[in-house]
Amino acid sequence: MSETITRRLPAWALRTNGAVVLIFLYAPIILLVVFSFSASRIPGQWGGFTSEWYATLFDDSRLQRTISVSVKVALVSTLLATVLGTMSALALERFKFRGRKVFDALLYLPIIIPDVTMAVMMLMFFSQAFDLLDSVFGIGLSKGFATIVVSHVAFNIAFVSVVVRARIAGMDATLEQAASDLYATRWQAFRFVTLPLIAPGVLGGALLAITLSLDDVVVTQFVAGPGSTTLPVYVFSLIRKGVTPTINAVSVIMLVASLILVAGSVGLQRANASRGRQQLRTPGGTS
Amino acid sequence: MKSMKFRLAGVAVTGAILLASCGGDSSSDDAAADEPAAEESTSEATGADCAVDQVDGDLYLYNWSEYIDPDLKTAFEEQYGVAVIEDNYDSNEAMQPIVAAGNSGYDVIVPSDYMVSIMIEEGSLQALQLDAIPNMANLDPVFYPAPYDPTGAYTAAYQWGTTGLGVDLTVLGEDTPRTWGLVFDPELSANFGGNITLLNDPRETIGAALKYLGYSLNTTSIEELDEAKALVADAVARIAAFDSDQYDELLVSGQTQIAHGFSGNMLYGIDEAENPDDYTYFVPDEGGTIWTDNMALPFDAPHPCTAHTFINFILDAENGAALTNWNLYGSPNAASEPFIDAEVLENEIVYPADRSKLEFITNTGDFETNFSDAFSEAKG
Amino acid sequence: MSVGIAEAKRERSERRRGFLLALPSFAYMVLFFAVPLIIVLVYSFATRTSTGSTALSDWNLDAYRKLGEPIVRNVVVRSVILALVTTVICLVVAYPFAWFCAHQRPTIRNLLLIAVMIPFWTNFLVRNYAWRILLSNGGPISSFTEAIGLGETNILFTKTAVVIGLVYAYLPFMILPLYASIDRLDRRLIEAGRDLYGSGSQTFRRIVLPLTMPGVIAGSILVFVPSMGAYVTPELLGGGKETLLGSYIVTQFLTARNWPVGASLSFVLMAVMLVSTIVYFRSGGKNL
Repeated sequence: MSETITRRLPAWALRTNGAVVLIFLYAPIILLVVFSFSASRIPGQWGGFTSEWYATLFDDSRLQRTISVSVKVALVSTLLATVLGTMSALALERFKFRGRKVFDALLYLPIIIPDVTMAVMMLMFFSQAFDLLDSVFGIGLSKGFATIVVSHVAFNIAFVSVVVRARIAGMDATLEQAASDLYATRWQAFRFVTLPLIAPGVLGGALLAITLSLDDVVVTQFVAGPGSTTLPVYVFSLIRKGVTPTINAVSVIMLVASLILVAGSVGLQRANASRGRQQLRTPGGTS
Repeated sequence: MKSMKFRLAGVAVTGAILLASCGGDSSSDDAAADEPAAEESTSEATGADCAVDQVDGDLYLYNWSEYIDPDLKTAFEEQYGVAVIEDNYDSNEAMQPIVAAGNSGYDVIVPSDYMVSIMIEEGSLQALQLDAIPNMANLDPVFYPAPYDPTGAYTAAYQWGTTGLGVDLTVLGEDTPRTWGLVFDPELSANFGGNITLLNDPRETIGAALKYLGYSLNTTSIEELDEAKALVADAVARIAAFDSDQYDELLVSGQTQIAHGFSGNMLYGIDEAENPDDYTYFVPDEGGTIWTDNMALPFDAPHPCTAHTFINFILDAENGAALTNWNLYGSPNAASEPFIDAEVLENEIVYPADRSKLEFITNTGDFETNFSDAFSEAKG
Repeated sequence: MSVGIAEAKRERSERRRGFLLALPSFAYMVLFFAVPLIIVLVYSFATRTSTGSTALSDWNLDAYRKLGEPIVRNVVVRSVILALVTTVICLVVAYPFAWFCAHQRPTIRNLLLIAVMIPFWTNFLVRNYAWRILLSNGGPISSFTEAIGLGETNILFTKTAVVIGLVYAYLPFMILPLYASIDRLDRRLIEAGRDLYGSGSQTFRRIVLPLTMPGVIAGSILVFVPSMGAYVTPELLGGGKETLLGSYIVTQFLTARNWPVGASLSFVLMAVMLVSTIVYFRSGGKNL
């Protein structure tokens, strides 16, 4: 990286800020891990060590079902939203076409709309659309996995698109143009030049999408069918009687699982990096 | 069948949008009025005769969380050879639109009193086939028929409880006055400034203020409501939080000293405390809320016979007792009494001796929005 | 002439390409977002019945009139201030962090980015509860400040707690787009700027900041907007003692069961936000 800037923004200040941010982000997580081993049901009271909550977790088939629904919904909706969101980001930043402004505005609405409004509107939409399909075509549909995914994609396209656009905006298009002259097909130009260039934005968008999907309560609650609830909805419904430390245990397991996943993907990246693909990154990015 | 009409009207609206037709302004009303056939067919489909103990599929239960002894669910599954699939909600208001929209997929729901009357009026519940529920006779006459379901045609009471104050006796003393003044009297409550939680619920919290003033919970007088609003607004400065969920835990972990909440939850929290004797719960002398939760069938319950069988199962004397022993809420089931643990039955928190000043919250109709507005305004 | 025709042809095919690229998501958004939204729009002109359902008749503007009441104005002003404070804090903290991330080796860079997200793959409610414990009377933070001689800090159920909670909840929303735009900075430009302006702060103001503006804008929107509508965090950490926009809307839809007012409020809110977003974007793109 450029040394001139490093001299101006002292490295130690950046490093301290980085450390503070990470401590801030992980303080509640550490607490959560600790209390997942506390025998007391009262939050914040240490009741001695126990692994009881992990045991109940493995016995609780309902909890396991909600976790599996959550993970499936998150993966499927993130995949769809990332593809659609990236496509729309490219279209909006790189092309002029009819209806562009309308599309642009439409893509902001899911970010702006209050949760509960979206929840109510999706509920009404599905129930009325299903009634319509039933009365006109005799197709009987019901809410469940698909309606949750459809709703999550509906708000996540917008979020992915915003992050990817932040990456593309102002990015020099000459490289891509050169590439499209160089490579035989548009697809190749996209695959070997554009995609690597926007990859950090796409990754960021995907991370945001998966997080939003894993965290959504209100919309999911209204569009889920019987027996198809996600983990956050289940947890939210528990708050009246008190969220048991089992939920802390669930969080810890999710944490460990994602850490394993990350470790795996870092390994994968190393392998890729050694194949030399990193050269296609922005100039100076690897120094 | 009002909600049915709305739904059909909605279908018309969606249809209009989907087909991008420029229908006239009255098209949706016409559609609603012209659809009696669809209405009848629905009520026929769900109105099939059910026999006692008949099942017609798995049971999809939409209930408050942790509100049924898991052993009861297992017993039902084993006895009738069906699975019980349970989802939970955390408020009547979150459950109601989901059920009213139709296609919810649930067979049995457990709405509270005022919500029952709303859902009956909107046509969201289907009438029970009383022949299929012989155990209905077990219900205490106080709860059957109940004021919110005066003909007893739609619901069977599930549990009942009160709303009052949980207090830390080590701070307030054993002989603490049992009054809403602990919250609303500026002098009395000043001692506990910053250590009080109130329910984050317009009807309950404004209702408590109304009771303190000697009015009805269900007043439709704007003057009385304004007085109550002023009391709540004044109390905001002295309270720690509006909290409908963790008040019991905040109380027994020493974060607060007075907690406005529901009897069973409070008792549950107190049981978890290191020294349960340090805490108690009471309904203040001025009176408070009594409430029930009730089993009912959504208008489009897919497995109505299993639902009836389940209601009958819960209303069984021993099963009803098991429910109360597990939930620590009062049982509306008179026949259950011999089977309820003595310590629960004799517990004043579960079964207060004097119930004369308890009042149900009822739907005040068009006045209802005044309660939520007053609550928002009291907070500022 | 023939050159002009070729040019026009090329442009047409470019337009078609752009349209085709946008089409799948455009169609998706129309079917699964715009159409449902129209249903809500219809509701905003309807009437609440005495049971709290919505009568699709007697179309009127009552729900919009209600938005003129002082309570709505108070709620909006308070929420805007809260959202602004949250956004500014997030920006100030996230910018150097994103900068730091963008200047690591690729492996570490991605690791850091994911490290930012991992806490958010736990449960939202559980994280708020954890903050409740951290901030409580006699909790870890209070014990810490007491131990270092600053005395007890009782932050729980204050506005500070709400801000901490919101910054926590939305910090990643700021970091991600900032990172995405800082990472694509061409370092040669910065060096050129150094030569031109001499001082680092000048280079930052005139070159780095304008070039990363898309990230700043995207991040600010992603933080500001949800902070405006947040209601669980303010209630859990702030004690719900002030009515904020998010909880006011929830109250309208659920507690008061007044869908016309909930819908009208949502629409006005969305319209205002959309317009100000567009204005913000335009000004951000050109002036800064």
